[in-house]
Amino acid sequence: MSTLSPIALPESAPAPRTGPRRLPLDPVLTATVIALGICSVLTLRSATSNLVPGDPGYYTNRQALYLGAGLVLMLIISRIDYAHLRRLRNAIYALLMASILAVLAVGHYSSLGAQRSIQLPFFSFQGSEIGKDLLIVALAASIVDNARSLGARETTARVLLAALVPAVFVVAQPDLGSGMVYMFIAAMLLFVAGTPWRRLAAITALVIACIAIVLAGAPAAGVHVLKPYQEQRLTAFLDPSSHSESSYQLRESEIAVGSGGRTGRANPTQIKLNFVPEDNTDFIFAAVGENWGFAGAALVLLLYALLLWRTMRILLMSKDLFGSLIAAGVAAMLMFQVFVNVGMVVGIMPITGVTLPLMSYGGSSVIAVMVAVGLLQSIYVRSRAAYPLGDRVLR
Amino acid sequence: MSALRPSEPRVPSGATPPQMAFRVSIVAMIALAMFGVVLFRLWFLQVLTGEQYVQQANANRIRSIPIPAPRGEILDRDGQPIVTSEETNAVQIVPSALPARPRARASLYVRLGHLLHMEPRHIKELVARGRVDVPYAPVTIKTDAGRGALTVLAERQNEYPGVEQRPVSIRSYPYGSMAAQVIGHVGQVSPGELKMKGFSGVPQGSIVGQEGLEYYYDSYLRGKSGVERVQVNAEGYPVASALHPIQPTAGYNVLTTLDLGLEQEGERALKEGIANARAAGKPATAGAFVALDPRNGQVLAMGSSPSYNPNRFVGPMTEREYHALEGSGGAIGPLTNLATEGAYPTGSTFKPITAMAALEAGVITPDEDLGGGSCITAGAEQFCNSGHTDYGALPLVQALTVSSDTYFFEVGERANSYGNVVQNMAHKLGVGEPTGIDLPSEFAGVVPDARWRARQDQLELACRRRRHVPSCGIVSEVRPWSVGDNMHLAVGQGDLLTDPLQMAVAYSTLANSYEKDGDGEVVVPHLGLAIEEPNGGLVQALPTPHGRKVHLNPADLSLVMEGIHGATTQPGGTSTDVWTGWNQSAFPVYGKTGTAQHENKEDQSWYMCYVGSRSRPIVIAVTVEQGGFGAETAAPIARLIASEWFKQPLKFVVGSSKTL
Repeated sequence: MSTLSPIALPESAPAPRTGPRRLPLDPVLTATVIALGICSVLTLRSATSNLVPGDPGYYTNRQALYLGAGLVLMLIISRIDYAHLRRLRNAIYALLMASILAVLAVGHYSSLGAQRSIQLPFFSFQGSEIGKDLLIVALAASIVDNARSLGARETTARVLLAALVPAVFVVAQPDLGSGMVYMFIAAMLLFVAGTPWRRLAAITALVIACIAIVLAGAPAAGVHVLKPYQEQRLTAFLDPSSHSESSYQLRESEIAVGSGGRTGRANPTQIKLNFVPEDNTDFIFAAVGENWGFAGAALVLLLYALLLWRTMRILLMSKDLFGSLIAAGVAAMLMFQVFVNVGMVVGIMPITGVTLPLMSYGGSSVIAVMVAVGLLQSIYVRSRAAYPLGDRVLR
Repeated sequence: MSALRPSEPRVPSGATPPQMAFRVSIVAMIALAMFGVVLFRLWFLQVLTGEQYVQQANANRIRSIPIPAPRGEILDRDGQPIVTSEETNAVQIVPSALPARPRARASLYVRLGHLLHMEPRHIKELVARGRVDVPYAPVTIKTDAGRGALTVLAERQNEYPGVEQRPVSIRSYPYGSMAAQVIGHVGQVSPGELKMKGFSGVPQGSIVGQEGLEYYYDSYLRGKSGVERVQVNAEGYPVASALHPIQPTAGYNVLTTLDLGLEQEGERALKEGIANARAAGKPATAGAFVALDPRNGQVLAMGSSPSYNPNRFVGPMTEREYHALEGSGGAIGPLTNLATEGAYPTGSTFKPITAMAALEAGVITPDEDLGGGSCITAGAEQFCNSGHTDYGALPLVQALTVSSDTYFFEVGERANSYGNVVQNMAHKLGVGEPTGIDLPSEFAGVVPDARWRARQDQLELACRRRRHVPSCGIVSEVRPWSVGDNMHLAVGQGDLLTDPLQMAVAYSTLANSYEKDGDGEVVVPHLGLAIEEPNGGLVQALPTPHGRKVHLNPADLSLVMEGIHGATTQPGGTSTDVWTGWNQSAFPVYGKTGTAQHENKEDQSWYMCYVGSRSRPIVIAVTVEQGGFGAETAAPIARLIASEWFKQPLKFVVGSSKTL
């Protein structure tokens, strides 16, 4: 293990690492994030103008505020050396559990079937969202610690267990979507870190078996691991003709997206008249589809592609494994949420209640993604600084 | 530690272990594939099938809700409203805005039921039914909630989610049960009616006339409902939009021939007569009256007792309440208009018809004295006067005046060998056939003859064979027509079945023929006079229907009229005492009592009269089931009606004649 500090640059460094003339952020990543934020506000403006009587700007103003706060937070985090976080891994994991348990203990439901949250002056705090960032950092640190024994069964088990415990509490909130994101993050970290293929195959088989038991086996035996509406949501997309509320959501969402056509409807009524439930949060992509049609939806998808590309690029250019794994975790979070959310809106994925990163209305979700982007920026900045070394530093 | 590469790539991927780079590229490819799948799906939804979704989206948000048109009024002959439409605040439920949870909904129904004095179960039923009838439209729960309840609902709106108040036009019958069967009532259009031609263009759930004039003139009264095109959100709540509603067109008013004052007095007189008969120990279960203008058949008044309050049909009604009104088992309920649907023998009120027939056919001569003794024997049967009175052998005029049964039994016996002379005269004058009145239903009537009897025997035998029962009850015994049947018919008994309206038409025919030297008309009784705009402008005058022209021998006719005029004026006349003090010179009364006998029942009281007048002649028919003798119950009612018509002092004078 090398003790070389990344800050100690050789004389031949092409540029000063903190010089004011040098843009200290990934410009594409930053632009993409800002663009998505603008898309979010524009979409919310048309979708929510009549949701709060007498205050058409309620959602847009707040979302803009969250995005602004998120950008500031991103800037601050980009200045912090993510490497310090590795030392704080236990505290971070404790914070993760604390925020999740706090919501579970003192949070309350805002509406039927919704997850719990703690009401703060400006937004309702959902521990599970920021928990994604905390989990990514904690798991990445844990894997780095055990980098030498990645092939060991205990390492795999420890990582999975470390993700499973918070995931279970999150699912109990109930926030099934975030729980799945947690597990997906853990799987992605194990995969990218280099866990043996055979182990991965075994995990996959185990996951498939679990899904089968939870959705088919246990209910048939009378044991409901999930709440009935959760089961129904997960399976509704398989049977669109059923008359459940979930199929209604899916059908109305499809109608909204479909009616957008190539360039959107002049008078988008599906969203404005609330035919699509949750059109400002989980189903905001339906609003994008109806308002701006295929062109708008494709543009938003393109922005997400850019986001993922930059994340993976940062993953690869990271100067150390810790940075790579954090980037891998962020990539997992973004991928899962984008594909599951958009897939749900267009009717090819089950309803799981995950937000569309940066687009969905909600302080917790926006802040969580912005923090993740801040971490990516930090990794980017450090790797640019370390780049002249051309060396990969394992610590 | 790897060495620096000679040319540095922009992305220092060389810093990453190759295995990690490989795995990341797998992830990247999966992501790319997912983007491809999602984009393809979007392309499919938006570009390939977008048009179809646009239509679905439009269908989603526009709901067409019919706006009921205010129903036209029904007016009396002077334009005074008998039936009106009132603006009132109805309590309605918007089903989509009800609490979603069944328990919350049930609790709302309980609270609402408490407030409106309704069964929660009933409210639930109404909502369920309303949802099917007119989807998305609010369901009317109560139209007469009272100011107190409406205030509570308005003030505590948030406690009653989904409950609204909305001004609606509802039917109002200010005179309650007056002429209820004639006017009819309203109700929601039935699925069967919607398929009928007369109801084309009527939206489901509309309120239409269901009986009486409300039904017959529904196409004029109902107007044209408008359409409210509302943009609704996902909860079915209307949202502000610029869709212009199509305003409803109010229905036309129907001007009728009824005279409100006469109708009210008729109803009152019938009640008084029935009360009087009951005081005298008679059951007097039901009754009816008709007042016609004998010149043209205009129905001046018509009523039937027992009656009902049509306002009860305006609000929702339970099935049991309806069945009670309709009548069940053998009993006839208050919905039946006995004036047009009662099926009765007429008793002696039929005698002028028999007399006319016998004179015209030459069966008798006017001066021939017949019917001596208290009984006539034909075959094995005895035919007697009421109370075995012996009037002695009398000529026609006196026989009519005192209502000698033996005289008419003898006429009937003789006439039988002449064929159907009595029956033909009955038909000629309008008995035994539908009158053609502008009401949804009327009784056709039965004037029995040999052919009718044979047909009934045939039906009875066929029925017995089919059902293997000893008797079907179509006729009491299977036998051919007998002279006795004709004798019973001659005095308005036997198998004769008619109703007050047909008798009023027959007397009108006699009256208008009498006034025109024998050239008369079987008037078509009618109630509709004109169709008017809501503001009173004439839309269309309903032409007086032309009746069948008849010619009666003026000499014979004047004898018959002399006989029944004598019955109200001469000593010994059956209703002379009823008309005591009546100004006979100004308003001569030609009246005939009748007492129809029924097995195991008190006699049915009848009175028929024509009161002559140059400007306003009137024919009045009155009957009271189980009311006793004609002179004691029906005749005084008729006098009250005539008194009202001619503005004479109202006097209830019970007659003493015990004739049939």
